[in-house]
Amino acid sequence: MIVGRMTALLPLVLFAGMCLQVPAVVGGGVACLSWEWAPGMGVNADFIVDGLSVFFGLIISGIGVFVILFAADYLRGTLHYARFFVFLHLFLLAMLGLVFADNLITLFVFWELTTVLSYLLIGFDNENETARRHARQALLVTGAGGLALLIGFLLIGGLAGTYRLSALAELARVIQGHVLYLPILVLVFIGAFTKSAQFPFHFWLPNAMSAPTPISAFLHSATMVKAGIYLLARFHPVLGGTPIWMGTLVIVGGVTALLGSVLALGQSDLKRMLAYTTIMALGILTMFLGGKTTPALTAAVTFMLVHSLYKSALFLVVGIIDHETGTREVTRIGGLIRAMPVTAFGAATAAMSMAGFPLFLGFVGKEIMYEGALAEELFPAFATSAAVLSNALMTAVAGIVLIRPFLGGQRPTPKSPHEAPVCMWLGPVVIGSLCLIFGIIPDWVGRWLVEPAVSAINPIAEHSGLTLFHGVNNPLLLSILTLVLGACFYLIRRPLRRSVAALAAGMPVTANGVYELGMAATARTAEMLTGFIQNGSLHRYLVTILAVFTLTAAGVWALNAEGFFEPPLFPVLPFWQWLLVALMASAVGVVVAARSRILAVCALGVVGSGAALVFLAYGAPDLALTQLLVETLTLIIVAIVLLRLPPLAQAAGAPLSARWFDALVAVGAGTLVAALTMATTSGVLDRQLTEFFEHNSYLAAHGRNIVNVILVDFRGLDTLGEIVVVATAGLAGFALIAGRRR
Amino acid sequence: MPSFILQVANRILVGLILVFSVYLLFRGHNAPGGGFSAALVAGTGFSLFAIAEGPQPVRRALRVDPLVLVACGLLLAIAAGLLAVAAGQPYLTGLWWPAGPDNGAPALGTPLVFDVGVFLVVLGTILTLVLELEES
Repeated sequence: MIVGRMTALLPLVLFAGMCLQVPAVVGGGVACLSWEWAPGMGVNADFIVDGLSVFFGLIISGIGVFVILFAADYLRGTLHYARFFVFLHLFLLAMLGLVFADNLITLFVFWELTTVLSYLLIGFDNENETARRHARQALLVTGAGGLALLIGFLLIGGLAGTYRLSALAELARVIQGHVLYLPILVLVFIGAFTKSAQFPFHFWLPNAMSAPTPISAFLHSATMVKAGIYLLARFHPVLGGTPIWMGTLVIVGGVTALLGSVLALGQSDLKRMLAYTTIMALGILTMFLGGKTTPALTAAVTFMLVHSLYKSALFLVVGIIDHETGTREVTRIGGLIRAMPVTAFGAATAAMSMAGFPLFLGFVGKEIMYEGALAEELFPAFATSAAVLSNALMTAVAGIVLIRPFLGGQRPTPKSPHEAPVCMWLGPVVIGSLCLIFGIIPDWVGRWLVEPAVSAINPIAEHSGLTLFHGVNNPLLLSILTLVLGACFYLIRRPLRRSVAALAAGMPVTANGVYELGMAATARTAEMLTGFIQNGSLHRYLVTILAVFTLTAAGVWALNAEGFFEPPLFPVLPFWQWLLVALMASAVGVVVAARSRILAVCALGVVGSGAALVFLAYGAPDLALTQLLVETLTLIIVAIVLLRLPPLAQAAGAPLSARWFDALVAVGAGTLVAALTMATTSGVLDRQLTEFFEHNSYLAAHGRNIVNVILVDFRGLDTLGEIVVVATAGLAGFALIAGRRR
Repeated sequence: MPSFILQVANRILVGLILVFSVYLLFRGHNAPGGGFSAALVAGTGFSLFAIAEGPQPVRRALRVDPLVLVACGLLLAIAAGLLAVAAGQPYLTGLWWPAGPDNGAPALGTPLVFDVGVFLVVLGTILTLVLELEES
């Protein structure tokens, strides 16, 4: 446990390091770091330190500290405790890599890393079938989006001639004017929407609540789902500002926000409720990234901070409630403020910020949000009403999350509640306090955190003007309307929950249902195909492979050959080589006619050894040695296997016609290979490579055995690949044999 | 059923075969042999041992699981290539000691380490399969 807590030092140090960068980026400074990776392809490990990346980096590492502290206590005594921390830290680093990356390919690699690690984290409870299924769902949805994103990145790179992100903004006009702009936009949107759970890809996020609570707090407040938002923000200067960008983001974001906030009210599990409000928040962020005015972008960045803070605190609070009472059902808990006053403080500050009460950061965020919505270029009415409605619903949810568990009469719970250990409540209390402190000094937050990020998105942005009180204007009136509406929604929460739940249950088509249908269809098709192609008969595989090979190779040859090749003169061979040929031929006859397996295998060994002697006769001792050794080993292994097989007579019950067909295929393939060999050897061989190896083998590689020098030196990488194949085959064979034994 | 003749022959033969395998491994750079052939020879030797005495004595004699040999071999081969990277050269470039022009003295080099890696991977794979088959 101590070690688990100690690991929080890593994000703490990173957080401190990024704090040091803040003064530089406030002045508009941009620092780039670069290491060569694959410079020939324009792929380098480029990193950028600007307002946007530092803003995200601070949120990721800062919240990471508290999540790790929390997890150290929360998961105490869990199986694979150490593994959890390895995954969590790797995820944190991948996330930081993603927001600091300045190269499309580097960014993509980190993007995929977060996808894979989130799979491991969501499915951490790997003996739970549901957790595994939900982890796979998150992996498939975000992974598919990642592939789309990769194609989009490659298109951008091909079009712009560089993968460097910071160089793309200047090329924005070229990219936006190109015919490929629309495909690029669609692909990037698919990547961002799947990752950030936008409608219609929102369904994986609530299901990902199968993860341990600290994971949900981290992945679904500050990191994983914000990656898509980050992507949209980062690409705003490159792809943004066009009508299609604005229209798509405002509509998709607005619909997602409304959907998320309505569905949140239909939940009774606190964690799932928070998950749906996360969808709402992501929708709002997407909607505001659609705009290009300073208020809209400021609203997006400010709400990003607001949401990351209150959501991580509330997730941690839910984790504490779950840990201390044994349930997360909102209808089964109450009056917890007496047992856990400190946690209640954290919950109260975070929930008030979520509801957007004055003096809290959420209020500031909401004001600027309404200012931004009213200033949207496209669909300002839709944006404003979506923002007001979903914020009002959010206020109601904040009330449910705060009032139901902590106030009222105490109810019997599976465990009798106590205050959580200090490492667990530290996060909610510190983050909750920040929600209040930042709300009191909004202009400070604006200058040091929000404005640098906004100006990284839009360099010509004006002063953001985050203040506590704007005077009586439209945003303030909308804020008051939101609170009143929220209070009404809170009062009718029970009928609302019932009707939303009934509505959700009665939907004929759901995104999740479509996903499940697709998965089932994929599994069925795969089963059918596998059953057809891999029917388990080695005999049929061989016949198919040989027949297809013979026909295609002969066909291609016949089409391309310029006349028939010169048949070689009848070869002049020493007597012993004729003897060898006769021996091999008769051995082949024995193989075909043999009635027992052991005889067939021995005869086959004679053929192989004969080939080894031929190699020896023509000056390839290495090849001969290997051939001979392989023959010996094959014989031994087959001998071990043979003891366990039925006699040949039983197996070879095939009708005569089938055997004639086999013979035809075998003879055809053999003839073709022989003809091909003759054709190749009858021409003049290019000796360039041979001469290179002969010349350099000893001088450059210190070896007289050219074959071996090629294997371990000139073509070392090939050999490395081959031994990986050997090792994999060994593992697969081991799994097959050992698996069958059990 | 263990055969007495095979067991007695085995005592002498296995040792000889293994020595021959090491000989092949080290002479491979200049004469027929090398990691792959050496591993095949050693694999044959251990298989003979397994047929004569059963798989358990082979496992005891090996001391480690054959899969560990595979893993070590892969690591060794990869590490041999990384040495060149550490010296500022492209991955898998052969480094020789003593460096410089060949003066007839036997030289040691990373290709030899790489070849030992190949040897271990192939031997480990053969033994994994042979021993598992023997035990099934």
